[in-house]
Order: sequence, then C-alpha cells, then structure tokens
Amino acid sequence: MLDAIGLKNQDELVSYLPEDVIFRKKLDIPDGKSEYDIVDYFRARGDQNGPGYASFLGAGVYRHYRPVLVDTVVSRGEFLTSYTPYQAEIAQGTLTSIFEFQTMVCQLTGMDVANASMYDGSSAVPEAAMMAVRIKQRDHVLVSRTVHPEYREVLSTYAKHQGMPIDTFAYDARGRVDMDDLKSKLNDGVAAVILQSPNFFGIVEQVSEIASLVHSHGALLVVAFTEAVALGLLEPPRDADIVVGELQSFAITPCYGGPHAGIIATRDRFVRQIPGRLVGETVDKDGQRAFCLTLATREQHIRREKATSNICTNQALIALMATVFMTVYGKQGLRELAEQNLSKAHYLAGQLLVRFESPFFNEFVAQTNGRKPAQIEADLLEQKIVGGLALGRFYPELEGCVLLCATEMSKRADMDRVIAAFHKH
Amino acid sequence: MSYPENLKYTKEHEWLLVEGDMGTIGITDHAQEELGDIVFVDLPKVGGKTSKGLSFGSVESVKAVSDLYAPVSGEVLEVNGLLATSPEQLNTDPHGAAWLIKVRMDSPAEASDLLSAADYQKYLGE
Amino acid sequence: MIKKVSSHINQNELLLFEASSPGKRGYQLPDLDVPAVDPEKVLGDLNVREEIEDFPEVSEVEAIRHFTRLSTWNYAIDLGLYPLGSCTMKYNPRVNELVARTEGLAWAHPYQPESLSQGCMEVVAVLEHALAEITGMDSVTLQPAAGAHGEFTGILMMRALLESRGNPRKKILVPDSAHGTNPATAMMVGYTVQNVKSNERGMVDVEALAGYITEDVAGMMITNPNTVGVFEENIRKICGMLHEKGALVYMDGANMNALVGVTRPGDFGIDVMHLNLHKTFSTPHGGGGPGSGAVAVVKEMAPFLPGPRLKRVGDAWSWNYDLPQSIGRVRSFYGNFGVLVRALAYIMAHGGNGLRQATLDALMNANYIRALLEPYYEIAYKANSMHECVFSDDRQAKKGVRTGDIAKRLIDYGFHPYTVSFPLIVRGALMIEPTETESKRELDLFVDAMISIAHEVEENPELVTKAPHSTRIKRVDETRAARNPILRWKPKSTASEAAD
Repeated sequence: MLDAIGLKNQDELVSYLPEDVIFRKKLDIPDGKSEYDIVDYFRARGDQNGPGYASFLGAGVYRHYRPVLVDTVVSRGEFLTSYTPYQAEIAQGTLTSIFEFQTMVCQLTGMDVANASMYDGSSAVPEAAMMAVRIKQRDHVLVSRTVHPEYREVLSTYAKHQGMPIDTFAYDARGRVDMDDLKSKLNDGVAAVILQSPNFFGIVEQVSEIASLVHSHGALLVVAFTEAVALGLLEPPRDADIVVGELQSFAITPCYGGPHAGIIATRDRFVRQIPGRLVGETVDKDGQRAFCLTLATREQHIRREKATSNICTNQALIALMATVFMTVYGKQGLRELAEQNLSKAHYLAGQLLVRFESPFFNEFVAQTNGRKPAQIEADLLEQKIVGGLALGRFYPELEGCVLLCATEMSKRADMDRVIAAFHKH
Repeated sequence: MSYPENLKYTKEHEWLLVEGDMGTIGITDHAQEELGDIVFVDLPKVGGKTSKGLSFGSVESVKAVSDLYAPVSGEVLEVNGLLATSPEQLNTDPHGAAWLIKVRMDSPAEASDLLSAADYQKYLGE
Repeated sequence: MIKKVSSHINQNELLLFEASSPGKRGYQLPDLDVPAVDPEKVLGDLNVREEIEDFPEVSEVEAIRHFTRLSTWNYAIDLGLYPLGSCTMKYNPRVNELVARTEGLAWAHPYQPESLSQGCMEVVAVLEHALAEITGMDSVTLQPAAGAHGEFTGILMMRALLESRGNPRKKILVPDSAHGTNPATAMMVGYTVQNVKSNERGMVDVEALAGYITEDVAGMMITNPNTVGVFEENIRKICGMLHEKGALVYMDGANMNALVGVTRPGDFGIDVMHLNLHKTFSTPHGGGGPGSGAVAVVKEMAPFLPGPRLKRVGDAWSWNYDLPQSIGRVRSFYGNFGVLVRALAYIMAHGGNGLRQATLDALMNANYIRALLEPYYEIAYKANSMHECVFSDDRQAKKGVRTGDIAKRLIDYGFHPYTVSFPLIVRGALMIEPTETESKRELDLFVDAMISIAHEVEENPELVTKAPHSTRIKRVDETRAARNPILRWKPKSTASEAAD
C-alpha cells in the first residue's frame, strides 16, 4: 500500500507536519491488553460497586426488568454498527424503527409529533424552553421546584447566555404545584411554564388545571416526566403544548446515569420549531412506502447559526431499546406493569410515615420519624439494600425525609426490611 | 422562462410589481431554479412590516434555506395563502400565481434603484 | 463489475401497529407479592387513562421477527467499509459491548452511595487521565452527551474564563469549512459568528484571519485536521495570533483519529476541545447515537468545568460539588457512562503504541484510496491528506452526474456512500474516510467500484443518475416527505378524516 502512495514507511505519512507540532514522546498509556484482561478489569470494577444489592432508589433513574429480546435486537450489527440514516435506501431498518418510536411516544404522551430522541431527559428541558421562547417570542420561563433538581440545574446552564430568565415556583403542603405562587408569577412575558408529573416527589400533578391557568396568560405548558412506566396507567398530559421526558425506565439500564434517552413531543402546529432529527413517511420512485429523515432545514448542518438547536447526535440505539420494550409489553403489558409498580409502592408507603398527602405513582417521600437518614441507610446497606435518596441534599427544608421508589423488581421481603429500618428505635 | 418587463428585480433574486403605492413581491425563476423543489415558505403576518434590504421570511427546499429580502419597505397587506398548502407553485409559476406578499410601500421611490428585466438578466449572465 | 454483493432474500414487513391483533402479548409479569391496589382509588379516576390508543399488540416471536427483518434493511460496519468522511466509522469491538454490560457497572444507580460506586468512579478517573494524556491537555470532563454538547460545554467555559478576565467579548470566528454545529453552538452561548474564508489549499487563510482578530473576538472554533482532511500547518501561529489578542482557541476534535499519538492539541496551543468518543474511540454509532463528547481543557479553564468533579479523599473517590466557578451542569448525573466504559476498553486494548499505530494505519488507508482514485476524480485540494480525502465531482458533473448520484451508485456495488456535499467549500464534494480497521482487500473492492463508476459516468451516465438499482426501495422522494410531513402512524380511519 505504501508503494501505491509513493512512501517508504509509515512514518513518512506524518513527516511533513510542522516540526514544532510533532509529538516525539510515547503516550503514557500502558501497553495493549488481551480481551481476557479487559473483561477481568471491568468485572473487578463492577464488583467494587456491590452488584446484587436490592435498591429503592428512583429520583430519575429506575430499576425495571429488561426483557431478553431488547439486547437480542440491539446487539444486531445492522443496528449497532450503522450510522445516522442519511442514505435512506440502505437505512430503512433504522428509519422504520424510529418512525415506530415517534408514533409510540405520541401514543404514550397524547401529543401529535415526537422527534427521534434527545440526549436525555435533563437536556430535553432547556430545549423545550428554547422552543417555547421561539414560538411565543417572549423570554421568561417559570419552572416548578418539583421538577428534578438536576434538570433545573441543566436548564439554568443553558439559559445563562440566551437572554432567557428562569424563575422557580413553589410546591404546596401536599407536594404539588403551589397554584397561588404560580399565579403570582405568571405574566405576559412568560413563554413557558415547566412542571413534572409524576413530579420529583412521585406525585401526580393537576396538569389540566395548571394548563388552563398557563394558557390564560398566553404561555405554553411544558410537562416533563422521568418515570415513563407511569404513562402506562396515568392520563397523559394532553393539555400540554410540549412534553419532554426520559425513557430510561424502558429497558435502559441505570448505567450510573447514562446513556439514557430523552424525548420531546409537541403539537402539529409547532413541528417546525422542534429540535433534533425527525423521520417521515414518503414513497420511493416506484411508489413503495419508504421513510427518510425530513424537515432537516431546522437543523444545524443546514441552518448553521440560525438552527433551532446545535443538537446533532440523538440516542438512536437507546431509543431502539425503548421501542423493543414497548413492543414486548404492548398495550396491555405496560398497563399491568404500571399497576404492579403502583401496588408495590403503595404497600411500602402504607407502613411508613408519608410526608405529602397526594396521589403518587411508584415514588413517595417518607419521613424518618426521629432517625437520621444516614443511620437508616447504614442499617440497610448491612443487609445489602440501598435505601432511598435523602432529600436534604436538594431540598434543605426536607432534611430528614427520604425519597423511596418501588418497582416490579422490589421484593416484599426487602420492603419489609426497609420498613423495619425506618421503625427501629 | 422569460423575465416580465413590468417587474423590477433585486440582486438577491426577488421581484417587485409596483401598482400605485402597492407592491407585490415574489422570487424570480432563477431563484426557484437554484433552490430546487421548494417544500416550505415562511412569510410574515398581515400587518407586519418589511424593511428594504432586510429579511422578511424564508423559502426552504429539502436541504437548503434561503432568506427573502425585501425590495422595499412597507406594511404587509396580503399574504399568498396558496403557498401554505402548495409551496410547489413557487417552482411552476414564480412570476405569477406564486407571488409572496403584497405591501403598501412607505416610499415608492425606494423601488427606483431596482434592476430592470434586461439588467437583471445581464446580472445573471455575469 | 460488482464483486462485493449479489441478491439475497429480503423480507417485507408491516409496521408494528398494522401487525397488531387485540389481546396479543409477548410478556409475563412476575406474580404480585403484595396486595393489588385499585388505580382509580389511589390515583383518582381522572388521573387514570383508559388505554394507550393503538399501542402495539404482538407476540414475542412476531416482535423478534419484526426487528430482525428491519435490521436486514440496514447497511452497517459489520457488513463492510462505511467510508463516511468526518464520521470515523471504524469497527466496534464486541468486547466493549460485553464489559459495558457488566452487572456492577450497568446496574449502578447514579445516586447509590459513593462507597458503592468506587468502580464506576475509577473508570471515570482512569479515562479522564488517558484522554488528558492523548490530547496533551490538563483536565477532562466526561459529562457532555455528544460532540455538539461538548462544543456547547467548551464555549461556555471559554466565555466563563473571559468573563473572569473582565470581558466575555462578542464574536466567535468559524472557518467556512466547519461543521454546522460550530456556528449553532456559538449562538447558544450568546456569541455572534464571523465566518473566515479558507485559502486555495483548503486551510485557514492566515492573512485574512489577522484582519478578523479584534478586541471583540472571544475566540475561534477550528477543526484540525480540518474538514478537507488537511492539517492546518499554521496552527501554532493561528493559536499565537489569537492568544496575543486575548482570545482563545477551541478545537473541534471530530477528526482526532488523524492525530492520536502523532501530535497533541495541548502542545500546539489549543485551549479547549472536545473528543467524539463514538468516533475516535470506537464506541458504536448505533444508527445515530448514543455518543459522548468529552471536553479537555488547559489549566486556566479547569475551574470552570461542569460539576461534579472527582476528587481523591483518602484512598477513595468522591464527587466534589463545591465548585464556585463552574459553568454548572450540562446534563444530569455524570455523562454517558456506558459509552465511557467502551472507550476505556478500546484504549486499554490498544495501549499507547497501539493508538499511534491505529492513527498511522488510518492515514495510510486514506492516502491509499486517494492515490488510486486521483486519476479518476478531481482532488479538491493538493495539500497532503491525513485520515480522509476529499474529491469534487467536477469531471463527472460535465456528464450531468453529481456526487449524490455517484454515492447512490456505490450502494449497488455493496458499499455505504461517502459523505456527500460536505464540506460546503468544495462544490460537489466526495468526502472519504476509510479508518484504520479496513483491510487492503476491502479498500481494493471500494477503489474498483469507484473506478468502475467513473467509467459508467463516461459510457452510460443514466445508469448512475438513476441508481440505486439493487436496493429494496429505490430513490426516496424526500421532497414529498418535507412538503407533507407524515411523522407518525395513524389508523386508517383517523388518517383519512385528517385528510378531509
């Protein structure tokens, strides 16, 4: 090959580079390792993390059973090792599955149109806010304090230099949006109001009521979710203008926080303001049904500095996991799964002191009744159980409260141990 | 396609038809040819303003977006509703049925520096 | 002659919604070991939905056949060369997939106690260290989810550093050959964009650049090697010119596969850059993601990195949230951890020498293709190519055949097309990046195909302009898709009502 190029050795491939940029040393990285060594290294790292623990952590990342079919499908090289489906004729597999994904996200959320996925739930929130700002030509954004605290942090980071002031509104004694506080902050400068349902405390918000209030001020309502399984049972936020969320619950492992898959869905009339990739149905030149990427003129590679977002990569493979999950469970299965989650969480909550009296799905805030959350956590760790999330970290006023989550993978025996740890004196 | 003598043209490939203080604005045949199949047209609302030389909307093909530049300043009186449902009309009849907007011109004199059909064609040839 | 492919059984398949039958199911839930609650009672009946309208209902075997049939409609690296320029489509080692599924890593919850997260934190620490070494930079964040997200993070930090010096400034310079994400990113951080023209060799025009560097310029976003696959030979000088005026230099690391082990951005003056772990470090593209856009910075910028940051406390890792100058989070948790595991496995498998060797092989493969195709296609710039080569369709356009047509004809020969019509500064660009993982045999098949197409253009251009001929669907009507967007399936009755 070097002969064909007209070189004597490989070093000549870089010998023309300016002398003062060439790296003469050797990279300080250990020599290449065998497959066995690599597997062994990561197994050891995994073992440091205490696999095999039961866990009652939720707070945006949930433990749900992953049907075997999911990895069977996403391990196929044709899905795993293909790129963004720009060449439609040889990417119909990916394009068709994304079209199905977009459809299922619409069916779940009650929206008209969804994109091919976002990085994650947290970054989908500012994208929704920016979209609302473009649509309404107003700049203020209001966000509920019951939206995931890290999602709100991401929103602030994005908003910083875009002339998009962010203000939060409070929750009430029942752990839901404080309507009076929201009312006092709504005005004609507000482009969007963002809330989460079920909210960070697991509580179902009164989306329709809030929607009427928000719409009466001419603003858009953005509803976020972190626990997608809830949509198997809960009335979707049909009165929202934009829905964003995280599909990690759909067969995506917690994986220390990522990769997960975000979604954004909206009304037909706002489709040209949605960020990210979209797949549409069309025909080929023989009239057969086919799919392709479409409405690309919104995107950065065409509109450059005038694009709706700089977003380029989506989470296609992760979205495919969610698509397979939704297919395996299907209409009836997703509902039954949601019902099991509801029952498990209510069993656990039934024997604990619950902080907020409002309907909740599979997470709730428990009071510790005198014991410090850290003591409970330590007791449970001894029994190979990870308890919930101590809330003082994000909500100083909830110091002493713990956010607990139960899913279909939570065993009654473990829940009984959690209950005992909370009641210990 | 020929370039009608009664229209005035810009170097950004828009045309203007002047009737009293009314101006009708469109894009030229050359512009639609360069863009290819037009799929979407973004136009201002009735009552909006145009400013000479500034963007008042955009036209999109599958893989390109082009800004539309106003040949004159004025108030938008009418927007061609046909283009919302049939943007392809811009490919077939850019100088006629597929006009974009009608404006009441602030100052018809602004049109005086626009190109004649002959000058525009000469410009295209350069 | 077409050597790589012949025809093959290719099955038709309905959409899931069309194949559904009421009551079909592919799941079995475990027995409920607690009393069942009544959803309407505990949630309130207004909060409970009736059903998920039109959601799929298929059996397990129907589900697997569905997705398997769809998969056969895709081209993939596992099937052959995927020479998309700028995308670095290299082989995705399968051991990486295995280790990413290690139970203790894949099921680690981001909020589990730090005492139970040491394995994950160690992976993050080791990878940060390795990437700092590879780039010659001082600190690395692994939080950004993708390349564009990394750009956003990097420009935010650039702005924060300039603000700390008293003035964030107003403009970002972007070469006209840059990826579209660069200008879009600058806008999101409140900057305006000034495009900078390339010279006749496809490089930044240093003289013209000098005129643009004013006190208003916050910095420049530069891709090196640039999008025509050419090393910016004046990179040191360019960085120096910007630094002299108090501006900073961001490097888009999309093309880092050309540099690893050969030269280091930190050594030639870059202040902040991102890496695409899904390109250079072999994590699978997965049909368009997930990626990871690690960002590396020099010391001066480290205080502004997004939080939390790892710190060593005794003999354990801990997350530090006390970062007063940080730009804040760019996403929840700590980044696309699963992608990080794969990237680290790739680095471990190669070692320092192996990484450099991979770079040289990538350069050799690109230059081999260039040498063999130059007699048939017009090379866009005479300058030396690094990991990719860019041709234009000048000669073929005379016969009415454009780069997009040649690309579609390549499909008939059993190859994924190269990158079409990018960079924008080359009219009718063919941007070819083979990567190091292709064998000579596969490259020769590709070169044969390209030469054969060049002959077809001369003899029978219509064969090329009407391609592809062998795919299950023919050329797709993208205009129709954009004029009348159908972005989701709807049941027949509603679909026709909507049309009325």
